[in-house]
Amino acid sequence: MSAARTGPSLTLKTREAISGWLFVSPILAGFLIFFVGPLIAVFYYSTTEWNLLSQQSSFVGMDNYVDALTRNDTFWHVLGNSLIFAAGLVPLNMALALGLALALSKPMRGVVIFRTVFFAPVITSAVAWAIIWTFLLQHESGAVNQALSLVGIDGPNWLHEPRWAMASVIVTRVLKTVGLNMILYIAALQSIPRDYEEAARLEGANGWEIFRRITWPLLAPTTLVIMVITVVGSLKVFDHIYLMTGGGPQNATLVLAFYIYEQGFKFFNTGYASALAVVLFVLILALTILQMLLKAVRK
Amino acid sequence: MNYRLQQKITRICWVVGLAALAIPFVFPFIWMLSGALKGQADVFASASLIPQTIHWSNFSEVFSYQPFARQYFNSLYIAVIVTTLTLFLSSMAGYALARLRFAGSALVLLLLISALMMPEEVTIIPNFFLMRELGLMNTHMPLILLPLFGSQGVMATFLMRQFFLALPKELEEAGRMDGLSRFGVYFKVALPLSKPALSAVGIITFLFSWNLFLEPLVFVNDIKLFTLPLALANFTDTYGLPLWHLQLAATALAVIPMLIVYILAQRQIVESFALSGVKG
Repeated sequence: MSAARTGPSLTLKTREAISGWLFVSPILAGFLIFFVGPLIAVFYYSTTEWNLLSQQSSFVGMDNYVDALTRNDTFWHVLGNSLIFAAGLVPLNMALALGLALALSKPMRGVVIFRTVFFAPVITSAVAWAIIWTFLLQHESGAVNQALSLVGIDGPNWLHEPRWAMASVIVTRVLKTVGLNMILYIAALQSIPRDYEEAARLEGANGWEIFRRITWPLLAPTTLVIMVITVVGSLKVFDHIYLMTGGGPQNATLVLAFYIYEQGFKFFNTGYASALAVVLFVLILALTILQMLLKAVRK
Repeated sequence: MNYRLQQKITRICWVVGLAALAIPFVFPFIWMLSGALKGQADVFASASLIPQTIHWSNFSEVFSYQPFARQYFNSLYIAVIVTTLTLFLSSMAGYALARLRFAGSALVLLLLISALMMPEEVTIIPNFFLMRELGLMNTHMPLILLPLFGSQGVMATFLMRQFFLALPKELEEAGRMDGLSRFGVYFKVALPLSKPALSAVGIITFLFSWNLFLEPLVFVNDIKLFTLPLALANFTDTYGLPLWHLQLAATALAVIPMLIVYILAQRQIVESFALSGVKG
């Protein structure tokens, strides 16, 4: 390393500083070029309108935003869909993850098999998972409706009826991702000292009391992390939508991340798509700041 | 005796409940395998999981329908490159941020952390124009560069930093005494000690790259350059014919090796993810 070879002419402190910058510079340089730069650029693009024929852009100020917020109903519909998606996915995912973790955090026979099973979709490609579930949710011939018909229920056309399509995408996405949250909860549960529970039992506390007064409060930091990861994850959902519904039927599953892709790369509304990306940026930034505030309040 | 009986019944109830809950997690894999072996007409025609006649030819047809072997290889080599580069660059940066004192390091860390949660959808449009300017459209470079320097690379750097913070300093000092340079200490002392962290970051990075979908969709349009996720989505309507049986056979070919690796290295894989969440 050159820093080491410069010899005694440099102080130890300077040499350490040079090494430090050399060590971080490869990732930092790439990060500035492929992340920070584009992040700044997306703000700029969001104030432009692109002429596809002449391949030129012109400055239009806040027009894309005004367009989204006032003239275009789709934007509010899409934003609403993203929030519905998150509001459906996050509680379902977290409750199921916690339940599974509580059931599977203690050593007992078969526990590893169950953990393996619930985690398997996490390592499976989302594309594969979405493809298989698209088959399972077919109207007449899908396995889900065939199973339902065994108990006399005439199942809906899951992915082609507006009110069922969203629910279907949410549930299949939960199945895909819940294993990760389950593992995070199991890790947290296993770090809680056993003595707490034993002491509480000696005092005569029942399972529910132990959970409510000991386990749940001790899980709070983990719950916060999981919540942020899951909310952000739900806002960036793309592959499930792309493969299972394409945003339909009647835009019922058109969510923000998919809408950005559609506007940007299908309809080439670059300025408008950039404005949508800025909206997504602001949403996620707000969530991250909220998380930091909540953490600070705890301390 | 009565108490033990009661306990046994409770346990059986738990297992039955969990088994019922496991159905939507397991059944898709079983159904995929069954569908992959059925004829085109059979996939939906018969509800039975056992194919009437087993069509092993589906698997070979997958390879003639599109350059599937090549697409498979694309995914594999891209994931290997991304993982190797990420391990190297992120451990180096993580090491410096944890161990070296230099002006501006706090700022660098803050900058990186602020990107931890940003999804690629936010920057995909400017990155599209950037890649076009650089002449990298329809190449694999964006699929390597963007994960390496995007939120995934940042996450790797952050995880490595957390690990190096917890590593005892004495060992490094011994290395310094022996006349190793900073880089020598990092490479010969710190890195060999950080195998658990490296394997965790490696596993997560590999899976992330392997499953990447939006970037290949945006940057690649030559079928020979497709990666697996893109290839799987490509069996639906190229000729307007839905080739369900082939799509399922291809999906099985993509999913099963990963499942086998997962079952074999389960403990390590699961722990990697646990680590990422606790630290992230």
